[in-house]
Amino acid sequence: MSSGVIIFGVLALVAVASAAGMLISQNSVYSALFLVVNFSVIAVLYLILGAPFIALAQITVYAGAIVVLFLFVIMMLGTARLPRSGPIRGQRLVAILVGVVFLTEAAVFLVWRSGLTGVISQPAVDFSTPAAIGNALFTTYTLPFEATSLILLAAVVGAIILTHPDQSVSRKDILKPGQKKENRG
Amino acid sequence: MLLSGIARIDPTFGLVPWVVMLPIIGLLLNLLIGKRLGEFWIGLIASLASGASFVISVLLMLALGRTPGPITVPFLDWITAPGFNLGWNFRVDTLSVTMMLVVSGVGTLIHIYATGYMHSDVRHNGEPSRYRRFFVFLNLFIADMMLLVSANNYLMLFVGWEGVGLCSYLLIGFWFEKGKDGLGNALAAKKAFIVNRIGDFGMLIAIFILFTTFGTLNFDGIFTKVQQNAPAFQGAILAVTLFMLLGVAGKSAQLPLYVWLPDAMAGPTPVSALIHAATMVTAGVYLIARSNALYTAAPAAQAAVTWVGALTALFAATIAVAQFDIKKVLAYSTISQLGFMVAAVGMGAITAGLFHLITHAFFKALLFLAAGSVILAMERGHETIEHAHADEGEEFDPQDMRAMGDLQKRLPWTFWTYLMGALALSGIAPLAGFFSKDEILAAASRNSPWIFVILILAAFLTAFYMGRQIFLVFFGQARSEAAANASESSSVVLIPLVILAVLSIIGGVLNLPGTSFLEKWIAQTVAVKPAPFIWSIAGASFALALIGLFMAWLVYGRRKPLAYPGEPDPLAHTLGEVYIGMQNKWWVDELYQTMFVRPYQSFSELLAQAVDLGVIDAIGNGLGRSIRWLANAWRRMENGFVRSYALTLLIGLVVILAYLMLK
Amino acid sequence: MVPISYYLGLSAILFVTGILGVLLRRNALVIFMALELMFNASNLLFVAFSAYYKILTGQIFVFFVMAVAAAEVAVGLALMVAIFRTKHSVDVDQVNVLKG
Repeated sequence: MSSGVIIFGVLALVAVASAAGMLISQNSVYSALFLVVNFSVIAVLYLILGAPFIALAQITVYAGAIVVLFLFVIMMLGTARLPRSGPIRGQRLVAILVGVVFLTEAAVFLVWRSGLTGVISQPAVDFSTPAAIGNALFTTYTLPFEATSLILLAAVVGAIILTHPDQSVSRKDILKPGQKKENRG
Repeated sequence: MLLSGIARIDPTFGLVPWVVMLPIIGLLLNLLIGKRLGEFWIGLIASLASGASFVISVLLMLALGRTPGPITVPFLDWITAPGFNLGWNFRVDTLSVTMMLVVSGVGTLIHIYATGYMHSDVRHNGEPSRYRRFFVFLNLFIADMMLLVSANNYLMLFVGWEGVGLCSYLLIGFWFEKGKDGLGNALAAKKAFIVNRIGDFGMLIAIFILFTTFGTLNFDGIFTKVQQNAPAFQGAILAVTLFMLLGVAGKSAQLPLYVWLPDAMAGPTPVSALIHAATMVTAGVYLIARSNALYTAAPAAQAAVTWVGALTALFAATIAVAQFDIKKVLAYSTISQLGFMVAAVGMGAITAGLFHLITHAFFKALLFLAAGSVILAMERGHETIEHAHADEGEEFDPQDMRAMGDLQKRLPWTFWTYLMGALALSGIAPLAGFFSKDEILAAASRNSPWIFVILILAAFLTAFYMGRQIFLVFFGQARSEAAANASESSSVVLIPLVILAVLSIIGGVLNLPGTSFLEKWIAQTVAVKPAPFIWSIAGASFALALIGLFMAWLVYGRRKPLAYPGEPDPLAHTLGEVYIGMQNKWWVDELYQTMFVRPYQSFSELLAQAVDLGVIDAIGNGLGRSIRWLANAWRRMENGFVRSYALTLLIGLVVILAYLMLK
Repeated sequence: MVPISYYLGLSAILFVTGILGVLLRRNALVIFMALELMFNASNLLFVAFSAYYKILTGQIFVFFVMAVAAAEVAVGLALMVAIFRTKHSVDVDQVNVLKG
């Protein structure tokens, strides 16, 4: 057993455990924290696979922004525990069953049928430096890059509109500079 | 219209399509603008249409006199299929022109009569707006009858055949909401149509067999093949002739399908006169006359026709003796006389049959129209007394002879014309009926002694019941106030009566024993056997007719019969049970009810309830129910929970992957 | 020197865990988190193949996936907040008005 495999094994274990923990935990804050652990482990895996930029982007974006956003919303909406059994009969059993079947199928396709048996060799040092990624982004993948910026704009606008409070502002409520707001009795 | 060929022969023949088209134009005019024109114009248009048909028939007769027929005037192609070409073509020959003359001649007189009769009738029944409908139907009838007699193939004949059956239905049920229980007239019309249909079934089978055997339905085509090679088609000809007999039994009211004609008296009197005395019922006789070539090739069928005709003649005459409704007597008399005609053509005596057809058209139409005049007079009398006694309200039947009596003083013109008709019908020389009936009797004597005896008995009974009718209606004392107050009808009613009476008197001239005009005329078209007039038989039947009238006077004329309501007919005492049988029409209708109508109705109920509702509807409803069940079951999948939708998605994905995996 | 099939297996396990999370949990936020787990599993797959074949495209794709996932989370959580205002509950099973 080479050291790489052992390290991979440990990391994989942690990743799976944290994923399971996120799944099982009844407290949503704990679930978020388990998720953070999972993200971090995956970031480490990225590093092992020779993708430093992506690893750090993972930490920054996922663990740093997305999970934080989750925690904000959890705090806002409250951490009320939901009762265990749901209204859909047989959902749990069928879901687990189908999940297992799916897992076997995925395994069959990815591991056996794919015919990929090689090992991942160490990539070159300048394989995925930020400079290389930036180069690719701004030359070959310019169009998806710009499109993504539009997506982000749309997301921002959408989020604001969705959470906007209900009352609309009418013209006469708009104060001119210097005008004080009157109190309507 | 290929008039060029016709024009070379005689352009008059090209006029023949108008005999059908003019009544159609008349009816269309009345249908479309009649309402605005008013009663006078409606009647005028209809009568002119029929009269114009008559004029054209006369012209055709004159043209045939110059150029002997048969002439075929093509009109239009109807069916053009590979192996079967059928056109609507007109056939002008002596037989068809004879029929055309009778139909349009008598028809026009009846149209004129009907203008007056219906004027009173629609008011008596409270619906003046129906006047137009009557004349539309009447013109339609003339058009269809012309189509029937002028056709040159069996299918066009059948078109006319069906058309007159339809007009019969429409006209019998003219006052469809009246009659017994508000339904009687409609039921009578339905009965006529259905019984006719049974006959039509026979006719259709005959046409089918004709087509499959001969490959064509044209008269010329079939008759030439038959005359050339009769033995080859023996079975087919026998079948055709027997099925045609079924059709004739339906249309011409022979045993066993005569039951519709007495009920058909529910229609207005002009209808009874035109359709059920003079023209439609003679279509059967025409058919057999036309198909003479087929019948001479099947002697067994001829015997069948003769027996059916003879038995019908006697049977109906016995029923007529005991009827009290003035029109029912005439109806059964019609059936009986039709029996004479059918027997005549069955024996191959075409001339005799047609001669009797023509004379019968004259005097039977006269009798019906005159009876109509009597009925109108009774109605008028009833209205007079109703005005006087406001609370009279009891059931009044203007057609019941028991309420009539001594009308000869009050209705002189009607009386004399009626008397002429009755004497002609009874076969008193030298009126028309004497010659025509005795030619039939002569033919019967040559044919078979049994037929002769039956027919002569029927002739005796004819004289008896007509005498009975004359004495009950016109002599004795007035047996009701309505009769006492009856008044003569208007001239538009009386003039056709007079014309028909004259024709009944002199009609014998058509085929007098010496000159035999009609025989020579018909011989141009149909093979006729020379039929010498047998004076001894004529003398014997004349004597029997006089005896019949005398006996009627003995029973009904000498004393004052039926002096009070409820008094039985004097004959009832003498004949006992036989009289009851005669009065009840020998229970034939009741027999048919039990044997055919009720089983059919219960079978129909069975099919409607158990089969239609139980099985077929159950299948349809069951299908709907199962689909609803399926939809309900499926509905549970849409439970609104996102997670279960996601699960469904996943299951679908798994199935696809499994399929790809196992491929 | 890890065989690529190990990474593929790990990715599959994480993906299935995410699926189970979507199907089994009723808390809407936990469902979202499971969704993110699924994203990560596929990202891992991309990066693994990128390293295997020495092609940069895989990592570029991951970059874009991250960006879009962030945008999606923002909008999704905004939706959750909006729904919460009416329903006062984060239970997805309560949002079943489209029940047929």
